[in-house]
Amino acid sequence: MDIDLLYQEIILDHYKHPHHKGLRDPYEVEVHHVNPTCGDEVTLRVHLTGEGDEAVVEDVSYDAEGCSISQAATSVMTDLVIGKTVPEALAIHKEFLALMQGRGHVEPDEDVLEDGIAFAGVAKFPARVKCALMSWMAWKDATSQILVARMTAGADGSEPELKEQS
Amino acid sequence: MNSAQTSLPADRALPGLLDGLELIRADFPILTRELADGFPLVYLDSANTSQKPQVVIDAMVDHLERHNSNVARAMHQLGAESSAAFEESRDKVAAFINAPSRDEVIFTKNASEALNLVANTLAWARGPLAVGAADEVLITEMEHHSNIVPWQLLTERKGATLRWFGLTDDGQLDLSNIDDLITERTKVVSLTWVSNMLGTVNPVAEIARRAHEVGAIVVVDASQAAPQMPIDVIAADADFLVFTGHKVVGPTGIGVLWGKRALLEQLPPFLGGGEMIATVAMEKSTYADIPHKFEAGTPPIAEAVGLGAAIDYLSAIGMSNVKAHEEAITGYALEGLSTVKGLAVFGPKTASNRGGALSFAIDGVHPHDVSQVLDSRGIAVRAGHHCAKPAHKRFGVQSTTRASSYLYTTPAEIDALIEGLEYTKKYFRVTG
Repeated sequence: MDIDLLYQEIILDHYKHPHHKGLRDPYEVEVHHVNPTCGDEVTLRVHLTGEGDEAVVEDVSYDAEGCSISQAATSVMTDLVIGKTVPEALAIHKEFLALMQGRGHVEPDEDVLEDGIAFAGVAKFPARVKCALMSWMAWKDATSQILVARMTAGADGSEPELKEQS
Repeated sequence: MNSAQTSLPADRALPGLLDGLELIRADFPILTRELADGFPLVYLDSANTSQKPQVVIDAMVDHLERHNSNVARAMHQLGAESSAAFEESRDKVAAFINAPSRDEVIFTKNASEALNLVANTLAWARGPLAVGAADEVLITEMEHHSNIVPWQLLTERKGATLRWFGLTDDGQLDLSNIDDLITERTKVVSLTWVSNMLGTVNPVAEIARRAHEVGAIVVVDASQAAPQMPIDVIAADADFLVFTGHKVVGPTGIGVLWGKRALLEQLPPFLGGGEMIATVAMEKSTYADIPHKFEAGTPPIAEAVGLGAAIDYLSAIGMSNVKAHEEAITGYALEGLSTVKGLAVFGPKTASNRGGALSFAIDGVHPHDVSQVLDSRGIAVRAGHHCAKPAHKRFGVQSTTRASSYLYTTPAEIDALIEGLEYTKKYFRVTG
């Protein structure tokens, strides 16, 4: 079993030197996600600016505890989504999810996933896929909560929708 | 696959090791497994589940091949054989734990179900066993979640209070406030005999004596104790005691609840169904006597047969000998772990009066990563909170790596673990 497939240099770098770590203001929503089987935890804040499809992920800050895979995935995720519009960020999330669920048969697109391509090997270790996805799930949860809150404040009664950029 | 070149020598002289360890290992077919890249299996996850000797596997296969039929209800020859085998296992369990009566031994699906049986039937009990809002249930901070959550559910349902024994820094129960914790309000004291995270062996008889002075019921979780030391429910002074089959070289799917007859008779049934009734009428049913009152539905028959074979196997080796072997291996492992810089062991640091579960943390490497790297070298350990989150929180860690030995563990396997840990540190570029 070649664990070098799992522990790529890029992953170990992000693990040792995580990007955007720490909890910052301002933010609209803070979420706390756990991985019940292993106990990994992340507290994550999302700050959006702008409206509708133009809404931009201005900041994602976090405090996390977990294995190298979960910590590196969080770091890479913040690199990928900060500065993107929400639909762009959701499209990247979808691409990363497809890679993780691909059992090692999905060829990652470096133009979209950047350092995220290093996680291609994680898909071959089914027990670790959840480690790589925890903070993405937290980010998606926080983002949708912000959009729901805005929608409710707008009081048009319609269901908010998370739209990906196609 | 030929394991001759890869199997580890088990003949290192260490006082207390089981005689004929190589022969004992040969009883466990899985131990000859070769894993990815030609590494021999080094199985150090026995606190999670133990491996099974050939006699247990054979007993279950023989039962299914030659004697299979339902128990109690089948009137034919196979039914008689199956019922006899099932009930014979109950006799073996009773002898294994020194139960005064075989009727006090109830088969469940695991230790969790056994604990839930006690907590749920107490929630439904009327009369002297009824739990009320003024009552307290006392557990400890080192419990497995299966001995926490059922009591949380019970106390929430009845408006009662759940209280906890704390832990000392060296992983013992903090008994300094026992007079404050065990009072006239205490209805139940439920505690583990041996911690699955820290390896601590608790003074159950001493605590039971205090609990009985105030009329409390004592429940002992022997899930980690039953595999590695002689169990005597009378000496332990327990009212209820549970353990699970799969940790005592038996199969999964079967657990044991032992309870004092007077208490079991007072408690209401747990699950309703076949086997647990005396008569059923449309207006009301009456219930079978113990143990069948608590064994609704077709029980795990082949599993009971397997558990009986497992108990025979352990009894033939002798539980005192198993205990001595565990102490020898644990002492050797503690010594080895102490040479790994940056590694901290949680729980007692000496092997005497200690279980074989060794949980530890290494500076700079997360437990999941430790376990992943060890696994790539064929070494199976567990990483995570081991279903003991409060105990982890007490020691300021979210998770640990746990190596746990059993009667088939060799000093050479401990050497492989220590080498694997040094390799892990290098892999993650941890210096020192």
